[in-house]
Amino acid sequence: MIERATTRLHVETQINGENTDYLCGPEQSLLEVLRDVLGLTGTKEGCNDGNCGACSVLMGSRLVNACLVLGAEAEGQEIRTIEGLAGPDGLHPLQQAFLETAALQCGICTPGFLIAAEALLDRESEPSEERIRFWLAGNLCRCTGYDKIVRAVQLAAERLRQAGQLREMEVPT
Amino acid sequence: MGPMPFAYLRPTSLPEAIALLAQDGGRARPLAGGTDLLVQLRAERYQLDRVVDIKAIPELAELRYDPVDGLTLGAAVPCYRIYEDPAILAHYPGLVDAVSILGGVAIQGRATVGGNLCNASPSADVTPVLAVMGAICMISGPLGSRTVAVAEFCTAPGQTSLDNGELLVSIQVPAPAPNSGAAYLRFTPRREMDIAVAGAAAWVALADDQRTIAEARLALAAVGPTMILVDHLSEALVGTDGGEAALEAAARRARDSARPITDMRGSASQRRHLAGVLAKRVLQVAIERARQAFPPND
Amino acid sequence: MVGTRPIRPDGVDKVTGRALYGSDIRLTGTLTGKVLRSPHAHARIRSIDVSRALALSGVKAVVTGKDLPQAAPDEVIDLGEGAGKVKYLRDNILATDKVLYEGHAVAAVAATSAAVADAALKLIAVDYEPLPAVTDVRKAMQPEAPSLHGTLTPDAAPNISGQVHHRLGDPEAGFAAADVIVENEFTTETVHQGYVEPHVATAMWNADGQLTIWDTTQGAFSVREQCAEILSHPVSQIRVVPTEIGGGFGGKINVYLEPVAALLSRQSGQPVKIAMTRAEVFRSSGPAPASWVRIKIGATRAGRITAAEAEFAFEAGAYPGDPCWVAAICVFAAYEIPNGRIDGFGVVLNKPSSAAYRAPGAPQVAFAAEQMVDELAERLNLDPIDFRLLNSAREGTVRIDGGAHGGIGSIECLEAARAHPHYHAPLGRRENPDVSPQPHPTTAQPPPQGGREVDPSPSTGEGDAVAGGVVPSAEASSSLRRGRGVANGFWVNAGMQSSCTISVSADGSVHLVEGSTDIGGTRAAIAMQAAEILGLEAHEVKPVVADTDSIGFTSLTGGSRTAFATGIAAIEAAREVVRQMKERAAQRWELDPEEVDFAKGVFTAATNPTRRLTFKELATQLEKTGGPITGSANVDPQGRGVAFATCIADVEVDIETGKVGVLRFTVVQDAGKAVHPSYVEGQMQGGAVQGIGWALSEEYVMDEKGHMLNPSFLDYRMPTALDVPMIDTVIVEVPNPGHPFGVRGVGEVPIVAPAAAIANALHRALGGVRLTRLPMNPRTVLEATGLIDR
Repeated sequence: MIERATTRLHVETQINGENTDYLCGPEQSLLEVLRDVLGLTGTKEGCNDGNCGACSVLMGSRLVNACLVLGAEAEGQEIRTIEGLAGPDGLHPLQQAFLETAALQCGICTPGFLIAAEALLDRESEPSEERIRFWLAGNLCRCTGYDKIVRAVQLAAERLRQAGQLREMEVPT
Repeated sequence: MGPMPFAYLRPTSLPEAIALLAQDGGRARPLAGGTDLLVQLRAERYQLDRVVDIKAIPELAELRYDPVDGLTLGAAVPCYRIYEDPAILAHYPGLVDAVSILGGVAIQGRATVGGNLCNASPSADVTPVLAVMGAICMISGPLGSRTVAVAEFCTAPGQTSLDNGELLVSIQVPAPAPNSGAAYLRFTPRREMDIAVAGAAAWVALADDQRTIAEARLALAAVGPTMILVDHLSEALVGTDGGEAALEAAARRARDSARPITDMRGSASQRRHLAGVLAKRVLQVAIERARQAFPPND
Repeated sequence: MVGTRPIRPDGVDKVTGRALYGSDIRLTGTLTGKVLRSPHAHARIRSIDVSRALALSGVKAVVTGKDLPQAAPDEVIDLGEGAGKVKYLRDNILATDKVLYEGHAVAAVAATSAAVADAALKLIAVDYEPLPAVTDVRKAMQPEAPSLHGTLTPDAAPNISGQVHHRLGDPEAGFAAADVIVENEFTTETVHQGYVEPHVATAMWNADGQLTIWDTTQGAFSVREQCAEILSHPVSQIRVVPTEIGGGFGGKINVYLEPVAALLSRQSGQPVKIAMTRAEVFRSSGPAPASWVRIKIGATRAGRITAAEAEFAFEAGAYPGDPCWVAAICVFAAYEIPNGRIDGFGVVLNKPSSAAYRAPGAPQVAFAAEQMVDELAERLNLDPIDFRLLNSAREGTVRIDGGAHGGIGSIECLEAARAHPHYHAPLGRRENPDVSPQPHPTTAQPPPQGGREVDPSPSTGEGDAVAGGVVPSAEASSSLRRGRGVANGFWVNAGMQSSCTISVSADGSVHLVEGSTDIGGTRAAIAMQAAEILGLEAHEVKPVVADTDSIGFTSLTGGSRTAFATGIAAIEAAREVVRQMKERAAQRWELDPEEVDFAKGVFTAATNPTRRLTFKELATQLEKTGGPITGSANVDPQGRGVAFATCIADVEVDIETGKVGVLRFTVVQDAGKAVHPSYVEGQMQGGAVQGIGWALSEEYVMDEKGHMLNPSFLDYRMPTALDVPMIDTVIVEVPNPGHPFGVRGVGEVPIVAPAAAIANALHRALGGVRLTRLPMNPRTVLEATGLIDR
């Protein structure tokens, strides 16, 4: 029962590029750690059982639901959350595309969609509409009907491809 | 409700893990992907003293294909490693069918075949396809190691043949026979992020003419308390070329083998019907794959 | 300005994770509150013993229904979308004598951690006397059904909690004059709004009696009023701070956790935060009612409707309150019908107390009525749109409920739908999804992605082809059937009260304070209306959604009212700013204020147009001309325009499995004037997909004892991105004379027609089989076609 003292675990990890350590209960999920221990409330809770994707984060290069990962399992991992998506130069192309195409309404699912889409565009530069829909099927949005989200991901992919081509042209041969 | 506190342990060797699982009457569960276990802990399905993270144990993280010995699939290997492996894509498309539809992409980043097996849900997607491919569970425990066929592994909803302290280490899938093919197909109302209302896995091997069915197996998900191997399938299919009449006979046997219930995901009548529809469709895919299959040594 | 597509002012916060939603609020020393809920759908509470819970270390407060003030039996509160008895409101928060649904709150604790709170809940002993439960609306209407509250309305079965009856003309004569009469019965299941953010509330009851509530809600003032009534605490002592809100759709109007958190805070002296789990959201908030509907319509061979009849029953849930009165307005509102009869009933039963969900009541009756309208068209061998046009309501049409239509864009929407390429294209996916005509062009700029092609590969219905490479078999494709359907949707929209304050800054921008919580981009739509008046750019108007102490009374965000009514408040406040600015210009130019003109952001002297000051130039000089300027407005606009939408759906059904895929979907809707067309489209698309979910997969699955079997996103089955196609939109603009720019509410009506449009499409795909039950899931379809037993 709760009287039983359980040892809190000391976890060393990397979050958004920063070495981070924290204490957590063995039963605490990575989602609870991010939100309640570290104050990173950009990652949202919608269902706490892996069926809405609002808590999507990257662990290593993998998309995971933070509610289905124990805080203890982050030991030695690299975690990336919505707070780490924009850089010092400004918004990530996905964030910019979501704003321009009105791909959010209430916004509660938006961090999860952005992280999931980032995981996709990290792997595939030109995903089809079908591929985007398949990849994002683990993220529920109840406001937009998904149309503008899919288009935002397509727009960001296009811009990232163009930026990649520009970079290639700038490389002296 | 939240889970009661438990100890989190991450052993790096098999003996260590078995000792932790067996200790003090075994109020312990292994943690692989966690996609079932953490949800069940929150629902207070178990009261545990220890959660044993098995992902740091080399044997459980092994994924190796050998043309002779077949596939060694560590119990803690997440789905994505399976469907991103070119050898598995080439030789085990039936397994790929099943691991590509477990949850969505985020679930597949964590969920494991071993976990799907050990969770022993009647609707588990991997169990029937592993069973028709003749896969074997490699089990280690306090009393040593043993094997059990995947087809025999689950004994009731949520129940497996694992004894106290025993751990599923890996699954051995035989190398594909020449001219053989396997496939898995499930039926869900949504296209992803759903649980099978019914599922069917098929494995067929063709005679040297690459047309006549020499051997066939069919297993069903979600139409009984455990996966169901369809009885007397050979009578319907062996010696035929898998034409409409043979498939219809196989579908009839699938419907007859089903022992479905009505629950929130579907009715008994619907499930029995779907067992037949899926049997035909999945057999067609398996036969098609068998016809296109290369001998495994190529 | 109005009609353009600027980036929303709260956008950056929402794409960076910085926006603060309900559960992101953290106050020092906050306790975790948890609620004990009934495992029974119907039971008498004999006793509740909380002593062991109170004694547990770390538990700071425990409350039950006895801690709420007792209400006079007939005390009534008006919450803006209907009145209700205070006793019902209190009993729904914390049950006293009886629990009326599974998940009904019976007690709550506040503790130093979630684990302690969980343990404390287990130590509360509730002695229940289980009672027979009734969860089917038609059974609950019977006189012998288990009674929840005793007799609620005179001369009716005990559980009948509301009635509406309308007659127009001579229905008998009307049907006698008909050459063709169609009639059928339909049912729909309980569904949930499905907002992704669960309910969560944080309350702090200070020692001086000041109560502050941080809340994710559609209406901060509505929460304030409800809490004042439930807690018998003066409105002046309650401040509600609305956080960002993660979806509502009508479900975040009623209070559930707020008064409980307040009681726990008063008892403990510390802030208390309570959050629902997803299962609690399903079981213990306010879903939309299930229904039974019977429709009968007659028409002449020439295609004119002569009479129509509707009889329907809506679940109220555990307490009275149902949308049958508004369903009665909507059911035949799209048509000119000379003779008719409407009888509607609200019925209490052992399910959660139902709440609003996007056009409450309208989708259920549209599912039935629009199928019967289609059936008439088919029987008369008329095109379904032509038949609807032939009988379309227009300005002045008197409805069966007795009301008369003002301006209604029904004909314009139907004509736009008939002219749309979708209506003439081969069944299936559209070729170039971004080319859609605008029969009533807006001044809108093309969206940033305008004209770009997207991958036209099928997104659904072609078997389960996924990354894993399952190849759809030949047989699967031979079992696919396609069909197209159309349907109309009508919604009344709302006006209600709004307040707005605009202050001028020295750099020429303005700050706009309003009280409408922003669920889907209304900050942008409201700020743009002020910017239009002031001649400013969108980014020069900085909107803030304020707490209840910081802005005048504002009704909830609901009824599709916000862009309309709070928009008018913003326009009025902006006009007041202009009036005061003219005075300052006049003062500088030594003129009368009437001699100053203002247009496109520039003040000019009427007598000498070379004397000009831009808004910005004048704003820098406020300090020298009399000090700051603030314009305020409080409005209660009466000129709401009704909403109308027509949907076209192409579906594909696998006749062997019963699975239905939506291949193509178009929404044509009258927006009056689209302030921010992207967010208008967003409402149309989101409403359509909620309608598709309602049509095909969503439902509360209950056992015979009233337990919900699927209280998770996994088994409730809302559509994912993979389950729906792109949703084409056509914005029709028939200006609403009741708004300066012609704005009509757009939020609700797009959910009304989809289920009916899909049912009509399925009817064609299945060669004449009529789907009369929602959801039209694979099982229902196979049962309807007779392939499996029911």
